[in-house]
Amino acid sequence: MIAALAFYVFAGILLLSAAMVVSARNPVHSVLFLILAFFNAAGLFLLAGAEFLAMILVIVYVGAVAVLFLFVVMMLDIDFAELRGGFQRYLPVGLAVGLVLLIELGIVLGGWKLAPDAAALRFAPNLAGAHNTAQLGRLIYTDYILLFQAAGLVLLVAMIGAIVLTLRERHSALRQDITAQQSRSVRQTMELIDMPIGAGIGGSGTTGIRRPAAPAPAPAAAPAHADHGGH
Amino acid sequence: MMNWSLAVPELVLACCGMAILLFGALMKRRETFHLASMLTIGAFLITAMLVIAGPHGLAYHGQFVADSFSGFVKLLVLAGSAFAVVASLDYNEHENLRRFEFPVLILFATVGMMLMASAVNLMTLYVGLELQSLSIYVLAAFARDQLRSSEAGLKYFVLGALASGLLLYGISLIYGFTGSMQFDQLARVLADPARVSPGLIVGIVFLVAGLAFKVSAVPFHMWTPDVYEGAPTPVTLLMGTSPKVAAMALLVRAMATPFGHLLGQWQQLIVLVSIASMLLGALAAIGQRNIKRLMAYSSIGHMGYVLIGLAAGTPAGIRGVLLYLVTYVFMSAGTFACILAMRRRGVMLEQIADLGGLGRRDPVLAMWLTVFMFSMAGIPPFSGFWAKYFIFTAAVQSGLWALAVIGVLTSVIGAYYYIRIIKVMYFDEPQEAFDPRPPSLSLLAAGSGLFTTLFFVFPAPFVGAAETAAKVLFG
Amino acid sequence: MAPLLANYFPILVFLVIAGVIAVAMVGGSMLAARQKPYAEKLSAYECGFEAFDDARRRFDVRFYLVSILFIIFDLEVAFLFPWAVSLSSIGLFGFLSMLGFLGVLTVGFIYEWNKGALDWE
Repeated sequence: MIAALAFYVFAGILLLSAAMVVSARNPVHSVLFLILAFFNAAGLFLLAGAEFLAMILVIVYVGAVAVLFLFVVMMLDIDFAELRGGFQRYLPVGLAVGLVLLIELGIVLGGWKLAPDAAALRFAPNLAGAHNTAQLGRLIYTDYILLFQAAGLVLLVAMIGAIVLTLRERHSALRQDITAQQSRSVRQTMELIDMPIGAGIGGSGTTGIRRPAAPAPAPAAAPAHADHGGH
Repeated sequence: MMNWSLAVPELVLACCGMAILLFGALMKRRETFHLASMLTIGAFLITAMLVIAGPHGLAYHGQFVADSFSGFVKLLVLAGSAFAVVASLDYNEHENLRRFEFPVLILFATVGMMLMASAVNLMTLYVGLELQSLSIYVLAAFARDQLRSSEAGLKYFVLGALASGLLLYGISLIYGFTGSMQFDQLARVLADPARVSPGLIVGIVFLVAGLAFKVSAVPFHMWTPDVYEGAPTPVTLLMGTSPKVAAMALLVRAMATPFGHLLGQWQQLIVLVSIASMLLGALAAIGQRNIKRLMAYSSIGHMGYVLIGLAAGTPAGIRGVLLYLVTYVFMSAGTFACILAMRRRGVMLEQIADLGGLGRRDPVLAMWLTVFMFSMAGIPPFSGFWAKYFIFTAAVQSGLWALAVIGVLTSVIGAYYYIRIIKVMYFDEPQEAFDPRPPSLSLLAAGSGLFTTLFFVFPAPFVGAAETAAKVLFG
Repeated sequence: MAPLLANYFPILVFLVIAGVIAVAMVGGSMLAARQKPYAEKLSAYECGFEAFDDARRRFDVRFYLVSILFIIFDLEVAFLFPWAVSLSSIGLFGFLSMLGFLGVLTVGFIYEWNKGALDWE
């Protein structure tokens, strides 16, 4: 009884919040309603016995994906009035598509007839005594190893894609290159010069600190500099 | 317990991909694009040899199969991907896309397509499709500083995600109503017509809709012209060859094996999609000025012809599908190689009018482009004619007269715009010559051109292989 | 199914209590307190100044990159839970299978590290 009641509460809130996701005026509110929808879907998964999926929905979707959505919504910088105009304009089309989907769902429900041996064919063995997560664990890594590794490749491609599309080399950024620092010798950075006393650094043709590209001072200007040298 | 060695080609290719990725990442700030591309082509060659030499059988608890059908499709996919890498060598240098991730992404997309070719389980199908699609979304937006490329990537991604959603919904309906995702078990369950419920049919319709998006068949074609035009041209070449082959192979296997007993149910659907694709491909291409857009509409039309073979639902029809795909990959790759050669003073050109007078300026390029256009129009003795011939005879044998007649009529309409290009090349005002062609493009154009021209001399190995492959599905 | 759900009964009770308290607090203040809403009360308060511009603006795309990379590793960790729970029954094969998966993602990690995607400046 409680389970049935909880089902209707979760399903009801899920539907309401899903409707609010598409109809809320503020996109940030939409994302918040989406989070509510995720929570309720997790509740439904739990009622169906899919404990692990329920928790993953909370951890991954609520914890990470929804946060990403918030980022994106804030990055988009949209003109909200314009969006609302679109909503009005596309409403008839959207309603028509929704109606078609509703009719199809009706057909599905109307012709609800499972193949007689469907239950027997079902992949997942219901291992007695093992809880949901352990049951999944026994299948994913052995029986479904091909799909598991392919999923790893999908994640790898996602990683490459994110970097390829968004990462910009910033040449202005000052990065620490430890290898270069360690392999520098004294000769590359410093020069020791014997300076005559009282001559100053201006007239000696060098500035003490070695700068690779700095042009040597013109010899004609040297006496003028020498007058001011020494301070 | 597990015959894991059947997937060795995929494993080797994926490992090569990771090795190239590591190589590129560790060789910081050095020019690695060219070398990575060469390594990728090498990896494709090794994989092709492994595919040819590999054993056949079912593995991974009925999720993966290696048979002559998958072998045929895999070789074709590898060829298409290798063509795309060859085509990118020069283009990416000039357009400032010299990044080693480009060939690596093509490689991972190819792994996905090979998984699709071997999928005998709805889950393998989905994972393979996602691996392929995700890589190609990124590739379409690869020229991220160009608005058109980013727009193409975004459009493809949003619509592709929608199609994946439809596909998943269809898969879940099929699983819910039959209790299995495995093709052989599905076929066993559905052998009894009493077990077929409307819910299952709705599931199959969604599955077909999702796959029709990937092969860009009408009415799921809307993304094609924009994405073809906006994506970097080597990526367009890729999209026009191997993913089409893989998705079509997937559609063929999914319809012929598990739902073979429901031919009457899905045949009307495929016939409808096929007619719509042929008509749209023929009529909408007429007004195009941009050759990449033209190729997009042309690919929609060609997919319509390929679907005729599937609608026939016989081994002869499937043989026609495979042969059509072989000729299409070569024609398409060759045409794009010619498009990639359209550069004047360092600027890529895409307008048909830019080809004016090419016959006098660059007779070799004009000759190859003429060969491809004649072949696409289905004019003998080029390979495109033979592909259409196999498809239409299969349709007639299955009693699909109307489909064959519409196919011939749309081919005639289509011939108009293919021949218009030839007219522009030989009879229009000569324009300034194109920049010198790099050897990679000349090689690609000449290779595909020779295949297209000489297909009628040696069709036997291809026809034989296609026949063996088609029979597997009706075993 | 019943024993599983029974485990979650306290959480359900907790949810109900939390909902009741939240509704009671908001509803109670709506009923009991005096409500005099006007637009100024809703406007942003910025140390007495008029608000300079909208709070919503473009973020640097690097935030987005970091969050995408985070999600990918989050998913990877999600795969570790069932593995850890069932490791005793899936044996060496299951262990190596996970090592392969982690290897793929380690390749990705080395790639992003070397590309400098993890550096901020």
